[in-house]
Parts: sequence; C-alpha cells; structure tokens
Amino acid sequence: MTNGLEFKNLQAVPLAGMPSLSPDDFRNSVISAAGDGRRPVLYFGDREHRGIRLIAVLADDEHSRLQAFSTVFSEGESYDSLTPDIPALHLFEREFFEEYGIEPKGHPWLKPVRRGIAGTGGPGPNYGFFRLNGEDVHEVGVGPIHAGVIEPGHFRFSCLGEDVHHLEIQLGFQHRGLENLFLRHRDRPGVLLRLSESIAGDSVIGHAGAFVGAMESLGGIAVSRRALVSRVIAQELERIGVHLGDLSALAGDVAYLTGSAAFGALRTRIINATLGWCGSRFGRGLLAFGGVRSELTPGLREQIRTIIAECGESARLGADVLFGSSSVLARFEKTGIVYPETALRIGLVGPAARASGIARDVRADHPYGGYVYFPVHKMTLDAGDVFARAFIRSVEIAQSARMICEQLEALPDPGLAVPMSAPSPLAAGTLVVSLAEGWRGEIAHAAVTDTEGRLRRYKIKDPSFHNWFGLAMAVRKNGISDFPVCNKSFNLSYCGFDL
Amino acid sequence: MFELIKLRKRHGRPVISDIFRAAVPPPFRGLPRLEEALCPEGCEACVRACPTGAVGSRPLRLDLGACVFCGDCEAVCPAGAIRFGSDHRLGATRRETLVVDSSMSAAAYAETAIATRREIHRLFGRSLKLRQVSAGGCNGCEMELAACNNVNFDMSRFGVDFVASPRHADGLVLTGPISRNMAPALRDAHLSLAEPKVVIAVGACAISGGLFAESPELDRSFLDDVPIDLFVPGCPSHPLTVIRAICQFIGRGGKRA
Repeated sequence: MTNGLEFKNLQAVPLAGMPSLSPDDFRNSVISAAGDGRRPVLYFGDREHRGIRLIAVLADDEHSRLQAFSTVFSEGESYDSLTPDIPALHLFEREFFEEYGIEPKGHPWLKPVRRGIAGTGGPGPNYGFFRLNGEDVHEVGVGPIHAGVIEPGHFRFSCLGEDVHHLEIQLGFQHRGLENLFLRHRDRPGVLLRLSESIAGDSVIGHAGAFVGAMESLGGIAVSRRALVSRVIAQELERIGVHLGDLSALAGDVAYLTGSAAFGALRTRIINATLGWCGSRFGRGLLAFGGVRSELTPGLREQIRTIIAECGESARLGADVLFGSSSVLARFEKTGIVYPETALRIGLVGPAARASGIARDVRADHPYGGYVYFPVHKMTLDAGDVFARAFIRSVEIAQSARMICEQLEALPDPGLAVPMSAPSPLAAGTLVVSLAEGWRGEIAHAAVTDTEGRLRRYKIKDPSFHNWFGLAMAVRKNGISDFPVCNKSFNLSYCGFDL
Repeated sequence: MFELIKLRKRHGRPVISDIFRAAVPPPFRGLPRLEEALCPEGCEACVRACPTGAVGSRPLRLDLGACVFCGDCEAVCPAGAIRFGSDHRLGATRRETLVVDSSMSAAAYAETAIATRREIHRLFGRSLKLRQVSAGGCNGCEMELAACNNVNFDMSRFGVDFVASPRHADGLVLTGPISRNMAPALRDAHLSLAEPKVVIAVGACAISGGLFAESPELDRSFLDDVPIDLFVPGCPSHPLTVIRAICQFIGRGGKRA
C-alpha cells in the first residue's frame, strides 16, 4: 500500500509524507485496508490552510503498524459514507460531520453525537429518537440523570413486552469542549497535562499516559527505563482497582452482597496504594513529561508488593465464591451476548472485545512505554456474555498483579529521569498517534502540530467511543431488567465519550 | 461454603469506625500552608504554574474552590512558601472562606469554615437524603461520592444517603462544571426537590468550573439563581472530606458520633 502513510505507535511522522488522496481514492484505500483486516483506530478532521483534512488511522495489529490515509475537503462538501462498508466507522463519521459539516452521503443514521440533543436547548436540530411502531411496543426513557451516583446520558429502550428490541443511547450531556481546551491552552503544557488527567477520571493513568507519550514523542524527550516501568505499574494498579470495583458493582447488581462488599473493600486498598505513592487515589499528579513525579522508593515498593499479594489472593478467593454461586451464574450466563462477528464489525476494544473472543490488546499489539520490555499475553474468552465480561476481569486482575510484582522486582536501579516542565519545542508539521491500553481498552490520542511546532489539533478517543454501541447490541432480545448487569459489565465512560 | 467463610474471614471489618478521627495519610494533598514571608521578591512562579488560576500573589493566596490539588505550585516554588498538608477537612459554607492566605491556620480552618445549620436537624431529623447531579465532570467526584457509602466509609450510618429521585431528596449534590447540555436537566432536578432544600457543590469543577472554567461549552447560569449552601473542595473530593463536611454542616458527628 503506497497511498497511505505507515508508522508505528508513538512514532512522530511529518505530515508532508501523507499524500492527499481524492475522496474516491481515500474511500477505496480505507475500505481495502479494512478488508485486509486492519481496523479503524481514529477518523478525524484537521483544519488546515487548504481546507479540512480528514485523516483515517487504521491499525494492523498483526504487524504492530499503523496506517493513515487522508483527503482534503472544502467547507460544505460531502462524500460517500464509508459506514455501509465499515460499520465500525458509524460514530466517527457522525462526529466528523458534526464538527466540520462535511456530510457522509448515505450514512445510515446521521444523528447528533454531542450537540443538538433533544431537550437540551442546544444548537442544531432537535433530534427525535428512533421509533418502533406497533400495538405491543412501548418505550422506556431513562436519563439524562440516572438513579445512581453516575454520569448523565439518555437511554431509550424500545420494548416488546419485557424484551428489549432496541436500545438507543444518546450521549453528549457531559460535553465540556475538551479538545478545544487543548488548543486554547497549547502554550501551557502543564495545563494540558492536568486536562489529560480529567478526560476520564477513572482512566487518569491511561489518558494522561497517552498524552505524555505523544508529547514526549513530538518533543524528542527520552524517558528512562525506570520511569517507563513505573508507569506500567501505575497503569496496572489502575486496571486492578477499576476491575475490582466493577466486580463489586456487578455482584451488587444481582444482590450478591458478599461479593459486592468484598471486592469493594479490595478496590479501596488498591486505590489507597496509589494514594500512598502519589497523593491521589486515582493517580493524579503522578505522570510528568519525561518521567514520573513520585519515586518508587524501596519502602513503597515493599508496601505495594504486600498489598498486591494480599489483594490478589483475596480477589482469587472472591472470584471462586462469586463465580461458584449458582444464583450469580443464573443472572450472568447467556445474558447480553455480543457475538464475535458483531464485536468485529462494530470494532469493540478492550476487555469487552476479549470477552467476545477478539484478541485485541494494545500492550501486546502495539507495545509502548514500559510494555516493550516484556511480553503481555492476550487473554480471551469466547462466550461474549455478562459472565465472560465479568470473568475476564478476574483473569486480568491476576495477570496485572503478576505483572506488577515482576516489574517491581525488575525495576532498574538508577534514579528517574528528571521530569521536564515543558516539552518544547515540538516537532513542526508532524503527526503522532499515541495508543495505550487503558483498563477499558484502546485509548487513542493524535496530535498534529503546525509549521511553528504548536498544537493545531488534538484528537482524543476513549475506548467507550467504540464500545457504547456494543452495549446497545448486547441488550437486544434481553429482558429490560437485565440492562443494569449488561451496562455494568461494560462500564463505559460518558465523559470520555462526550469530551 | 468453606471458600465463602474464608473470604468472609479475610474480609475482616474494613469499616472506618471513627470517621471524625480518621485522617488521610501523606502524601495526600489536602489543606495547604502558605507562608508569604518566604516568597522571593517578584517571584510569581506559583501563579504561572497553577492550571486553574487558583493561586494569587500579593498577598499570596490560594482558592481552594478552584484548586485541583495537583501540587504544581508547590513543585515550582523555590522557597517552600506553599506546602500541601494532608488535612482533608476542606469544606466551607461561604465561598470567600475557601480563599486562604498566610494567616490561616489548619486547626482554625477545620473548626470554623463550616457553620452548622441547626434547622436542618430540626426539619429533617436524623436523615438527610441527597440527589446527586453530575453535570459535565470527569466522573472522579462521582466515584468518590459513590465510595462514601461503600463498606469502608459507610456514610449512611449518619442518616445521609443518596436517593434515586429528586422528589425524595432534601438536598442536591452538584458535581461537574455544568455543561450546556446538562444545564436544563440540572434546573429541572433542582425544581423537583421540595422546599426547603440545600445545594452542596462537590469538587473544583462544580465550585469554580475548575479546569474547564474557560470552555464555551459550559452554562453556569444556574448558580446565578441558586445559592450554594456547602462547598466541598477537591479534585476529586476525598470521601472523608465529603462526609466530614456534610456531618459538620448538619450538626452530626463530632463527639456524639
């Protein structure tokens, strides 16, 4: 393939090397790359002097390579939608249309992503929801404010009796203009770092890690192996913490209170270990350009090792009890199935994909940072139901606990690279794509710099952007009372989607 | 069965029994100590480093309502004029109280920043039901608010609970900088609470807009019309900060709890 630009995760490449294809060539190239088993990772616009450049980034997981194609539009143009050929692009095309007004003709369902949502009084067409007609049909609308202490979003269930025929998920309520704030504050990298920690508060290390990775690549900053391994430990702590919390919530949703209490208490111990390291239960303030801000002292290493050993053993026991309970299995098994073909078509990522038999893990497919120093085995289950999405979490908890213990042991001795306050100047006219495996799956950031080496575009993709549609597919033909466990088994981010 | 007993045994009793004596250990960044006397002449490093404009100079001051407790000001200060302590007792009932300077002492702040509203106990007895509305945040504060009722913190022992409907609530807990897309729903939820009601703002975003304060995607006009009764700083607010602030506000806890 010569009409695209090939590069690797975190490799900064000059924009000049990216051919501007005609819309037809762009379309054919992307479709043919997707046909070769490459999957869409990013699909975003970049306003440049000639017009609006559309950049599609696809991943070749087998060869750890990324491929970018681009085409340039003038204001108000349109093109033939790629979604009918590549369903995984449906949301990306809607997003691109919403932000730049370039219409993908023939898109099956060109509705709002974050703007012009019904009832918000915002700009844009007040979108009416999908309607199912018929005598026995009824609708259940939930949100934007939900019953629990969680983020807002609107769910509309079209039901036939108790069964959900279709679930429409309308998000955007959390939209706070993050990507534009990245440009507004582009001359203050310190502010950007804090913003990146607030993309999704449960994935602080995931998103901030992707951000500092991109900036270090653009700024040509070398990071010591010790710092990279420290970041791996932080990322795996985050993964264990959230997975434990999810198991607690899943147990709570089926009224299995022993599981809910036990996993909940373990989660507290893990996130408190992170607090003991960096002062925040969610890892805020830990990452810095060029390294990490808090040293893993021998005392801390011992403390983390002890907590991981104890919690790992308790989690194993808890999983035996939880998944050995017939009342729990009766609710989890065969509930909310996403079949592998569906998962592939809609582009699921992370544990949700792995629970549907899709072996996808950025740590193994596109190794980055400290993950280049040791192999990460991709673990999959086949069932694709709530059970699989719950069970894979207990498998990943054990895997991450092992990883942390090994890396604490292997932590190279010399001190950390002195963190830099600002990675400047950045390489001019350059594109870098930063992929990271957050606990929820593939986080992708793309940074584009202008000719003076300032950020011109910062694109953020949370794994939820792929996976929300997976939830909609999972609940089809399930009883509406099973929605909470289906939802919890994905535990997707609203703010990470809404940006 | 034996596995279950083993699990129960390992679980132990994780609850924090005396919430009012519990402390968050360092390196947690809680109430900062400011010492302007140490400031080098003309130095404004902290002011420039602060991502939310929470730090001001001459006099040196820090707005806990905008602070995201990142510690960047402390890190750049050449003289140690700003030092974060681990005191989690950050809540206040007046917005102005949140702006602290060199004259503030940690003990005095914890004692005086929250004025107890006796009538809450008179009106609602030993129960305060809250409706949480998340309006554009990052889910950090929501996770910590949810943690307030987990097996460790167990806030409901004080009669304080989150409820599913605003119709059942005595107060609204706001998190997030209030995105334009959530502004109408927030107003609706607040209108749905019966009078009398209180509003509690949790986290830097809710109190000041936090990191997102400059975004045109916000609509904070709700706050022009609705006064906030209790401010709980943090990014996110620690569960102990939240519980302590609410209990002090409604006159629960202290010696009797």
